[in-house]
Amino acid sequence: MSLGSLDFGSLHRGSFRSAKRSGGLIIDLPLLITMLAVTGIGFIVLYSAVGGDMGLLLRQGIRFAVAFAAFLLFAQIPPRYLRMWTPWLYLGVLGLLLGVMVEGEIGKGAQRWLDLGIVRFQPSEFAKLTVPLMVAWFLHERPLPPTLGQMCVMLVIVLVPAALIYEQPDLGTAVLVLAAGGLTILLAGISLRMIALVLALAAAATPAIWPFLHDYQRTRVLTFLNPETDPLGAGYNIIQSKIAIGSGHLFGKGWLNGTQAHLEFLPERSTDFIFAVMAEEFGLLGLVLLLTLYLVLVGRGLYIASQAQDTFTRLVAGSISLTLFFYVFVNAGMVSGLLPIVGVPLPLVSAGGTSMVTLMAGFGMLAAISGNRKLLAA
Amino acid sequence: MSARSHRFKDHWQEQRLFFSRVIAAGIVVVLLTGLLVARLVQLQIVDYQRFSELSRGNQIKIEPLAPTRGLIYDRNGLIIAENRPTWQLVAVPEQIGDLDQVLVALENLELIDPADHPVLVDLVRSHRRFERVTLGNLTEIEAARFAVRRHLLQGIDIQEALVRYYPFGEAAAHAVGYVGSISTTDLEQIDRANYAATSQIGKTGVERSYESTLHGKAGYRQQVVNAQGRVLLDPATDSTAVDDSAPAGGLETRWPEPGNHVVLSLDMRLQIAAREAMGDLRGAVIAIDPRNGDVLALLSTPSFDPNLFTAGISAVQFLELNTSIDRPLFNRALGGRYPPGSTIKPFLGLAGLYHEAVIPEEEHYCPGFFRLPGSSHRYRDWRPQGHGDVDLRDAIVQSCDVYFYRLAVALEIDAIEQFLKAFGFGSRTGLDIFGEDPGIVPSREWKRVRFSRREDQVWFPGETVITGIGQGFTQVTPLQLAHAGAVLAARGRDFRPRLLIGGEDAVTREVEMFEPIEQAGIQGVDPEHWQIIHEAMVGVTTDPRGSGRGAMVGTAYAVAGKTGTAQVFSVGQDEEYEEEQVDERLRDHRWFFAYAPAEAPTIALSVVIENGGSVAPAAPVARAVLDAFFESNEYVARQP
Repeated sequence: MSLGSLDFGSLHRGSFRSAKRSGGLIIDLPLLITMLAVTGIGFIVLYSAVGGDMGLLLRQGIRFAVAFAAFLLFAQIPPRYLRMWTPWLYLGVLGLLLGVMVEGEIGKGAQRWLDLGIVRFQPSEFAKLTVPLMVAWFLHERPLPPTLGQMCVMLVIVLVPAALIYEQPDLGTAVLVLAAGGLTILLAGISLRMIALVLALAAAATPAIWPFLHDYQRTRVLTFLNPETDPLGAGYNIIQSKIAIGSGHLFGKGWLNGTQAHLEFLPERSTDFIFAVMAEEFGLLGLVLLLTLYLVLVGRGLYIASQAQDTFTRLVAGSISLTLFFYVFVNAGMVSGLLPIVGVPLPLVSAGGTSMVTLMAGFGMLAAISGNRKLLAA
Repeated sequence: MSARSHRFKDHWQEQRLFFSRVIAAGIVVVLLTGLLVARLVQLQIVDYQRFSELSRGNQIKIEPLAPTRGLIYDRNGLIIAENRPTWQLVAVPEQIGDLDQVLVALENLELIDPADHPVLVDLVRSHRRFERVTLGNLTEIEAARFAVRRHLLQGIDIQEALVRYYPFGEAAAHAVGYVGSISTTDLEQIDRANYAATSQIGKTGVERSYESTLHGKAGYRQQVVNAQGRVLLDPATDSTAVDDSAPAGGLETRWPEPGNHVVLSLDMRLQIAAREAMGDLRGAVIAIDPRNGDVLALLSTPSFDPNLFTAGISAVQFLELNTSIDRPLFNRALGGRYPPGSTIKPFLGLAGLYHEAVIPEEEHYCPGFFRLPGSSHRYRDWRPQGHGDVDLRDAIVQSCDVYFYRLAVALEIDAIEQFLKAFGFGSRTGLDIFGEDPGIVPSREWKRVRFSRREDQVWFPGETVITGIGQGFTQVTPLQLAHAGAVLAARGRDFRPRLLIGGEDAVTREVEMFEPIEQAGIQGVDPEHWQIIHEAMVGVTTDPRGSGRGAMVGTAYAVAGKTGTAQVFSVGQDEEYEEEQVDERLRDHRWFFAYAPAEAPTIALSVVIENGGSVAPAAPVARAVLDAFFESNEYVARQP
């Protein structure tokens, strides 16, 4: 990896500046092309991972169609409208989360789905977008960096939905919502001292809680941190996934030739562990290509953020870009045994869930921010 | 703070700040990506050889290791449940081609029962590909028959395993319970990882209640197997392999932690005496130590051989046991509900004394029947000619029905209900194994809830009358009666019945005995009243007119007891109960409950014999158990 890939956006600044509006539609071409490239790779890997199950691929195709429609839709919404709607969107999602929780209490089961007929949605999925939007909205009129009091308000904005999602229980999504909100706050320019303070407090609190945990809770935490102590249970996944990655070598075993995946040793291979399928069949080079494409997406997003005209769009664009990277890092880190297992899908590649729709809606916002900046400048 | 809040938005300044943050974020993103790539290089380039071997041709298999199940001892240290080596037929799902075909082949070899076919299919399918599934146990001969055809049966193997064995067979089957194959229902309730190598699980009795204590903790070992699943490297047998070609972290072995042993309150000598005394009769015997609630004997007959289940009972055999009209699997001692009959009388007598509804010395004339004022309906005494003038003691000794009809009416149903419930009737005693029935203590409230029709919900005076002799709605379990007898013996002190009295750590051999659990019990009863009932119950076994005297002649210990007869078949107003004319299954049930030695009781017991009629009274069974008890306890004979 070189630093060059980060500057992809700026290298092409001149050539794409005039291509923002094509046929009246606002689409950010570099963003769109990279996004489609990643999605294309996703379908190729998924085909192998599910062993050519056309029904599953078709469902993923429908999800992609819905997600792409969301991309086009959000790309056309001028950011100032988005900003006006933000508080309502935020409160609406909060209401849905509460509704799902109450329904879950009554139904005595984990109810995180909202049935919309054709597509079922998890309200928690929306929170990934509305939380950073709300933080950005809150900061928009205020001078930066935020004060301590404003910090507290933002923490409430982030923590309330995250806690509701954690209670569902859906740790993976809760972590992503926290990350999306936290990254927005970070970008807003809170002082490094405050970041250090929060980190120090968190680090200090961990050993203080430890003696108060029950034995079984400690075991749970330890297994969470080091799944290989439990090879009969959760550890099985990570052991098999490491074998899949490690046996891929530089060029991989070739498409449809991954033994770990096809002999069904690899669990969750079409969803959370699809990165390992790609690693086994396309090797290190395939992974580097995929990671490069992600970096291009993130770099393009950060470039759009840096060129944005106001606080709101700047923060939203920056947060969406960094959250995308957070996804990639957590998923790849988990599958390769760097990080503990958290149920986070590989963006645009993993099958299922509604995360593709929120991701592409986010990219749509990026495109809109990019396009509207140009209109203003012209 | 106030100065800060009046700041102006400095757009240029903010853009610079944001820009610096974006640059910083970009650097972090690149660094983290670098870290990821470094990790991938480590896995895919540096360690490639190792992972490649593991995946191409070779696979790591985690073989779970079953813990040894804890033993079950009786109170004297006799082993009631142990583990014996045997052959098991196992399947490895990932190696089986056509499951149905393989099972049919095994059926043709007569190694499994064709009737079990669908069950086994479900069982194999519900396991993970690499988990070994036990299909059943084999004898030596069957194992040999399999061995010569093993090469034809891909994915099937035999392995040596420890299998539960109950040396006493059916004698303690209902108390100890048994282990059996883990069913798909069981799978939903257990930690599957911990049971990955275990093929059997406690199904009933102590085996079920103390499953978590007895089972232990599973271990595992990692093995390298080839694509066909043959073990190439096993750390347990090949220690040289661990260093060079081991996968990340080396091939590990974690030995299982054996389950702990449990010590039961049962005394197998009593248990066997009870079993022999019951012979072919249907019924239950349960004996409790009134000083601590220890269940000394718990028998339900007909019984069954628990070893059938550990050997892998066939569907046909199970169906036979499960549908037999004698219901051998049913635990009558805990779950059998019978009208208490006359055994209720000592408790009602005490209630009468407590509520001053009766003067103990006052005699009442028994003409052989009882009539409610203003009613012509005759409630008959079991003795058609009547008992003449009887006081409370006589009424208990001779089991006079009329006296207790009158007493019940005087007490009224609410007081009866309250008193019976205080003795533990009408609710589970809390014995530490499953299957207890709460029985029924009727009351106005109970009737209101129990019946839906308005006219059935009213409590009638006649129902109070028959409650006085333990007929009507009242139903008790043998366990409840033995427990109530223990409370009577201890004059109100109440210990929760228990089977588990101690445990032994399988590793350290450390023995821990548990304290008995004393419950609220019965307070506020005049000691004199306890004494009156006590003496009357001694009279039952000593008085020439005592209903339980015959069985207790010549005991070396004094017994306080009470007989009872529970009607199964209701006889019309003016008919006589003619035993010969009634179907065997409609004959009366016979009861006896007692405690001994009368002056300082160390055992309380109840015996019920289903459809005993006049042929098989319960007291002789009680006598056999008591004799066995006092013989073994070297009880000092009472003074003449």
